[in-house]
Amino acid sequence: MDLIINFLVAAIVSGTPLLFGTLGEILTEKAGHLNLGVEGMMAIGAIAGFYTGYKTNSVLLALLMSFAAGMLCALIYAFLTITLKATHNVTGLTLTIFGSGLSSFIAFSMIQNAENGVPVLDRSFTSSLANIHIPFLSDIPVLGKLLFQYNPLVYLGVVIAIVMAVYIKRTRAGLNLTAVGENPGAADAAGINVTLVKYVHVLIGGGICGLGGAYMALTIGNGSWVNNVVNGYGWIAVALVIFASWNPAKAIGGAFVFGAFSVIRYYMPTGVNLPTAFYNMLPFLVTAIVLVISSVRKKKKHVEPAAIGAIYFREER
Amino acid sequence: MAEKMHAAQRRSGSRQPLVRVIKKNNMPLYQSTLLRVGAFITALIAGGLFILCLGENPLSVYGTILNGAFRSSIAMQGTVKIAVPLLICSLGLTFAFKMNFWNIGAEGQLIMGAIFATPIALYLDQLPRPLVLLLMMVAGMIGGGLWALIPAIFKVRFGTNETLFTLMLNYIAQYMIMYFREGPWRDPNSPAFPQIKRFAQSARLYEVLGVHIGWIIAILLVVLVYIYLNKTKQGYEISVVGESQATARYAGMSVGKIVIRTMFISGAICGLAGMIQIAGADYTLSDTVAGGVGFTAIIIAWVSRLNPFVIALVSALFAILEKGCSVMQSTFGISTTASDVLQGVILFFILGFEFFTRYALVFRKRGGK
Repeated sequence: MDLIINFLVAAIVSGTPLLFGTLGEILTEKAGHLNLGVEGMMAIGAIAGFYTGYKTNSVLLALLMSFAAGMLCALIYAFLTITLKATHNVTGLTLTIFGSGLSSFIAFSMIQNAENGVPVLDRSFTSSLANIHIPFLSDIPVLGKLLFQYNPLVYLGVVIAIVMAVYIKRTRAGLNLTAVGENPGAADAAGINVTLVKYVHVLIGGGICGLGGAYMALTIGNGSWVNNVVNGYGWIAVALVIFASWNPAKAIGGAFVFGAFSVIRYYMPTGVNLPTAFYNMLPFLVTAIVLVISSVRKKKKHVEPAAIGAIYFREER
Repeated sequence: MAEKMHAAQRRSGSRQPLVRVIKKNNMPLYQSTLLRVGAFITALIAGGLFILCLGENPLSVYGTILNGAFRSSIAMQGTVKIAVPLLICSLGLTFAFKMNFWNIGAEGQLIMGAIFATPIALYLDQLPRPLVLLLMMVAGMIGGGLWALIPAIFKVRFGTNETLFTLMLNYIAQYMIMYFREGPWRDPNSPAFPQIKRFAQSARLYEVLGVHIGWIIAILLVVLVYIYLNKTKQGYEISVVGESQATARYAGMSVGKIVIRTMFISGAICGLAGMIQIAGADYTLSDTVAGGVGFTAIIIAWVSRLNPFVIALVSALFAILEKGCSVMQSTFGISTTASDVLQGVILFFILGFEFFTRYALVFRKRGGK
């Protein structure tokens, strides 16, 4: 029983960066933009968050910086694809190459200047990201551990997801966003400022992806920097958007399921001895299978924003 | 009076915007080429500003990059060795991209080519060298081709998103190397660190002018791919499917068959790049066999507008950049990943400049409405 609870908890903890990445990409895709740069934005968010935390010892600043860094990356993407009407696919891929490269580049100089060549976050920093403890609630057996004993960022992710779900479904701005993603021409005719809506959501989406990167950098190495820390999670996040059928609330479950696949190796019954490579491969393998299944079921077609990947040019309606 | 009118116009918003975007007809080739060269130079200037921010002299850094790629015959051979897999993979991707099939899986197809070729190098190395190499080549192409076939079949049958599927297959292939390295193919003579043993002489590519013959294969491929895509019926079918699947269907083409066949070729060429990499450069199968080549190749193919000869040129440029940046670390203490950053900057500018090949800006005339 304890094992199962520990497993669920670990799944949620390691699924959270995926949640951030997926949420950021949902917001972007809702605006009709497929941004394949999630991996790059997360990598940049990771180094921005870590470096800021390392230098200033402030969690809030670290998170703000990673959000801003993700937004800046998304700004490059937005300017190229919205204003200059460049191809979404290639621009996103370039952003991934650029972002991952720049992240390692900054990390390299950070490592060179660090004591002993190992940059480590201050203990006070890591402890403020430690699991929360709410009197009474956290002490409830089983439920307390399952619900009320995570690090604060896990709750931040869930809150963002819920807020986003309400925003998209229940507010005028959210409906405008959906309109832009479905049919920018019609939205434009209805008086919605298409360019503005696209910019705002692509940028905020990028910022949320940046937070996902920061989560990985700040929690995975127990305070020390891990090279190439994002390691493909950005790509899984892009695929998870389909799994969640562009619904932020569903993204919560999807991200935690995939979190489970990435930690399942530590919770296998004794006697099962699979190669490490298999466990490393598992999240990607499952993503591929999910992609196939969701395409076979064909149900997802109508949930995808209709104008995704399309370049909107006002005079060409 | 005039001022009043202007003010009225401003209020009513009836005035034309300061800048307006209009669609342009196709640009003549020399103009669009000029524009791309312009983008490249602007990117170098932007990269220079970045280097300046790091407190180095951009000119001396760029000098070091060029020097690092060309300073000796060994350096030049190294540059060619980097260019070969880039070129071959870009050529392979051209097939898929011409068909509008977003094959992001060159990395995985290259790896699968290497994985299929490796057992021949490990277990059949007592055969004569030409035979071993030929078998490895065939195996590599089959490996890469099959790996590309998986997403192609699902795309044709169920419309599975090929971009993400090919991407996941990259990671799956990557961890398959790890499996073989730690498991069945682990070299028993290296107990401390799991690795695959180095290939025997019979499984190493011949060398011409100090570089493995991969470069000759690559140049041959440039011509072959050009002929196939532009002068054959199958090449024509690819273009039609790429332009419009509906048109292809009306013309009586079997779109599914064409997609599957073309993706096999696309993957097979990337697989060949993997075989050449292990038999020509690494002499073993390691985790870094692909090392991002598959991703860079996507960009090269796109920037070159899928023209094989331009692809050759751009691959050479990227190889110079990468080789040159590897020297930068020792000279300036700047990480080799600077090459990724510079690549990214160059591409951003090329992507941005692309705008001006399709659109024009019209400025409001002075005093006019």
